[in-house]
Amino acid sequence: MPRTAPPWEIKRELIVKTEDTTDPKYGRKPHERPAEDYIRYGVINLDKTAGPTSHEVAAWVKKIMHLTRIGHGGTLEAYCT
Amino acid sequence: MTGVLPITLEDSTKMVQALLYSGKEYVCVMKLHGDAEEEHVRKTLEEFEDVIYQRPPLRSSVKRQLRTRRIYYIDFIEMDGRNVLFKVGCEGGTYIRKLCYDIGEILGCGAHMQELRRTRAGPFVEDNSKVTLHDVAYWFAEWEEKKEEKILREFIQPMETALALIPKIVVRDSAVDALCHGANLTAPGVLSIESGIVQGSIAAVFTLKGEAVALAKTLLSTEEILNLKHGTVASLERVLMTRGTYPRVWKSGNKE
Repeated sequence: MPRTAPPWEIKRELIVKTEDTTDPKYGRKPHERPAEDYIRYGVINLDKTAGPTSHEVAAWVKKIMHLTRIGHGGTLEAYCT
Repeated sequence: MTGVLPITLEDSTKMVQALLYSGKEYVCVMKLHGDAEEEHVRKTLEEFEDVIYQRPPLRSSVKRQLRTRRIYYIDFIEMDGRNVLFKVGCEGGTYIRKLCYDIGEILGCGAHMQELRRTRAGPFVEDNSKVTLHDVAYWFAEWEEKKEEKILREFIQPMETALALIPKIVVRDSAVDALCHGANLTAPGVLSIESGIVQGSIAAVFTLKGEAVALAKTLLSTEEILNLKHGTVASLERVLMTRGTYPRVWKSGNKE
């Protein structure tokens, strides 16, 4: 059976249609965002430990960082290491 | 279960859907309920490298209807008595507990999931960007005390990182604010586009500065979009950037 490549093995190439420049007055490169925006548009690659549920872990991050909104990508069951 | 759990903060929560649907990789210990030959186990695991049917478990957060999920690969690692260790790459929303049960049924002896660790969620893997809850508490306290921006970079990634595996379309500055207001993407706004896009792909729309603007569903393929002069190329699914970040240069139908 031919193996289907997972998304992380697919190589993509960026093809230019038209050239243009960007005005430095607007927006920011993601890594240069001021602190408040950096948090607001941020993601944490969290290592979940056994015990709490994904929802609990997300709620803790929200509490620690005094945030108003939080989400997590894919539920991991609580127990069984 | 343990492992990679991407957490979206504040506005980046708008793209959590893209993470839920992204592919996952797990390392799993499956416990067999009877003895089986290693060769038989290897062959059986291989049979599951396909599109499989699953009904969400009784205790689940989604509608319990039969659905299909693709298993990209199952790599047998080792076997010790009735414990089988393997690595599985699969589509988002695959239940590994169900997978183990089904593998057990096909093996004939029965099996259950003993241990599970997620080693990938979309582009997030167990590299040095990974932090624990303790790290988050520590770095955030450091940040509050010192207010040095480099501290934030120790544990937070820009949301664009989460979109790394989604095909990308780069647009002009002048197209950005219209997209932020929910407009569809039209051909003149497109500057560059990644290969492999087909009709109906979910694409991430970016600025030339590398900022994510929105998620959009493409109406055409990469080649077609490259050749198109006028008309809609993608319909907007989710706006990610705040309105007004870029100047408003588009005309509105209603006179103000």
